[in-house]
Amino acid sequence: MKFLFDSDTWQEIYGSIRKNKVRTGITIIGVLWGIFLLVVLLGAARGLENSFNKAFGNFATNSVFVWTQSTDTPFKGFQKGRRFRLNMKDIQVLKSEYADKIKLLAPRNQTMNLIIKDFKSGSFKVSGDFPVLDQIQKKKLIYGRFLNQNDITSSAKVTVISEDIYKQLFEKDEMPIGENIKINSINYKVIGVYEPSNTIDFDGDTAYIPFSTFKKVYNTANNIDWMMITANDGIDIEQMESDVLLTLKNLHKVHPEDDRAFGSVNLGKEIAKFTGFLTGMQFLTWFVGIATLIAGVFAIGNILLITVKERTKEIGIRRALGATPKSIRQQIILESVFLTTVAGMIGIILGATVLMIIDKFFGQGEDATLVNPTVNIPIILAAFTTLVVLGTLIGLIPAHMATVVKPIEALREE
Amino acid sequence: MIRIEKLHKSYPIGKDSLHVLKGIDLHIKEGEFVSIMGSSGSGKSTLLNIVGLLDIHDEGEYYLNGQLIKDLNEKKAAILRNKFLGFVFQSFNLISYKTALENVALPLYYKGMNRKERLKVALDYLDKVGLKDWASHLPNELSGGQKQRVAIARALVTNPKVVLADEPTGALDTTTTDSVMDLLKDINDEGMTVFVITHEEEVAEQTKRIVRLRDGVIISDTLTKAAKAQ
Ligand SMILES: Nc1ncnc2c1ncn2[C@@H]1O[C@H](COP(=O)(O)OP(=O)(O)O)[C@@H](O)[C@H]1O
Ligand SMILES: [Mg+2]
Repeated sequence: MKFLFDSDTWQEIYGSIRKNKVRTGITIIGVLWGIFLLVVLLGAARGLENSFNKAFGNFATNSVFVWTQSTDTPFKGFQKGRRFRLNMKDIQVLKSEYADKIKLLAPRNQTMNLIIKDFKSGSFKVSGDFPVLDQIQKKKLIYGRFLNQNDITSSAKVTVISEDIYKQLFEKDEMPIGENIKINSINYKVIGVYEPSNTIDFDGDTAYIPFSTFKKVYNTANNIDWMMITANDGIDIEQMESDVLLTLKNLHKVHPEDDRAFGSVNLGKEIAKFTGFLTGMQFLTWFVGIATLIAGVFAIGNILLITVKERTKEIGIRRALGATPKSIRQQIILESVFLTTVAGMIGIILGATVLMIIDKFFGQGEDATLVNPTVNIPIILAAFTTLVVLGTLIGLIPAHMATVVKPIEALREE
Repeated sequence: MIRIEKLHKSYPIGKDSLHVLKGIDLHIKEGEFVSIMGSSGSGKSTLLNIVGLLDIHDEGEYYLNGQLIKDLNEKKAAILRNKFLGFVFQSFNLISYKTALENVALPLYYKGMNRKERLKVALDYLDKVGLKDWASHLPNELSGGQKQRVAIARALVTNPKVVLADEPTGALDTTTTDSVMDLLKDINDEGMTVFVITHEEEVAEQTKRIVRLRDGVIISDTLTKAAKAQ
């Protein structure tokens, strides 16, 4: 190992690199390109994944939405085409039957209404909700707060409105909290204003009022329009979806095979499709990156081999002057390792620079397509180590070639 | 210093083999200045390469500095070359991207001497061949004679036992030939064993002993006038 720290060793390598600028350049570019691609592709894939996660970020992704449609199979004396509604009893049953699986359960009722404030008005969605909604679909509040349990218990006439509703109904810079607005001719006190979500959102501009208030005002009795269910971590959301639907079919006397009676969307499944795409992309990235890297290393080996042939005479001279096969081998391998290392480092630096530029142009702002495109240090280190190891191994071939010929044969070479 | 007995060497050519050296007996003592003469293809280089441990013989015995050369691995051969032998080639064989000084210093690198010391010693030898001022020049900036003098400095720098020169003046004109031969004579006068191949009578005349080869055997082995005069 002493030879590694010997300035002469490096002097020799510097000499041979300086002499073979073109070859050195090509070699470096080969490996550099490989690791550069790997870094940039992995970073971009990560960025895409991040922006995707961000889009779903305010949403618990292991969620199912369930609503009713109409039956398509006659069952237990009912004809097909029967319409029916979900109700609070279903919620009770689901909550107790799936106590260990359901994390959050939000029954919801919604309608469209005219909302008036002084001389301004607009038609908006009105939604009767429980405070739990805020956990399933996070609301960013600009003013005030979201609905709470007290509002439910007291069936308070309070509302949380979207920023757009606020802008349409209020004067600029007017303080909305505590002000009254009329929804369907009934006064509600504004207790909060929320920012529109920049990610996916199923409600749009909505005025949220307590579920209990909605029930009274719109006479919905125990009925509900639809529900959002979020599963505990680690629960198979697809399994839960079919289990819940079966329970509901049972409760509503719907044929177990009836596929039309209930409508449902499994957010987890939709996301899984996309995640699968992302995984595929990452796999492709790795494949392309590693293939390029290996190609680069082989290029080094190949070029070293050519060089060794070109330098056969020089190696012959060195051997006539007393160079041992070991010292020749060491030099060639070290040259290979040195070239791969330098190329690898430049590749990583360039890759990181490009990622920084990508981040600057595509990673900023709310609707960024590539959020925080980064690559893990351990991954880079692993790629780098592989590179150096491959560089060493591939250097062995020309190193061996350089020493198998007799010195006189090497010298005779022209 | 060099003792060769019944030495044979053949080169395989396809299925046949070409018998080049057919039983050479040669004894060179320390401090001798020997030239080998013979027509082209008579086996001069083959003999010198075997003596220089650049090639191996098939049969017979070869003792270098009293040591029997047999089944030598490359590592040992490299060490012996570095320690005992200095080479001068017809085509100079300098390393093109190294300066004159670095070329001269190279054998010392393989000897394990540190850079500073190496360059100092190398400069002394360059001075000795009269090329101190050319130390930092690359080989392609030097004339043929200068290149050969750099090569001689390189052959001498490890202070070997024998200097082996294969047609050192073959690529030089008359004036530079004389300067190179003068240099070799000086070295020999200082006690170095020198072994030259040449096919020029004038060159051979300047050595002390001429060995003539023909078809792989020694046909004559005589002292020159220069030697007799001493
Ligand atoms: N590596 C080799 N393979 C086959 N034949 C060779 C080889 N080297 C030399 N020869 C042949 O051996 C003979 C002697 O060569 P060499 O010793 O170079 O002669 P000289 O130096 O006296 O001109 C020549 O006929 C030459 O062609
Ligand atoms: Mg010859």
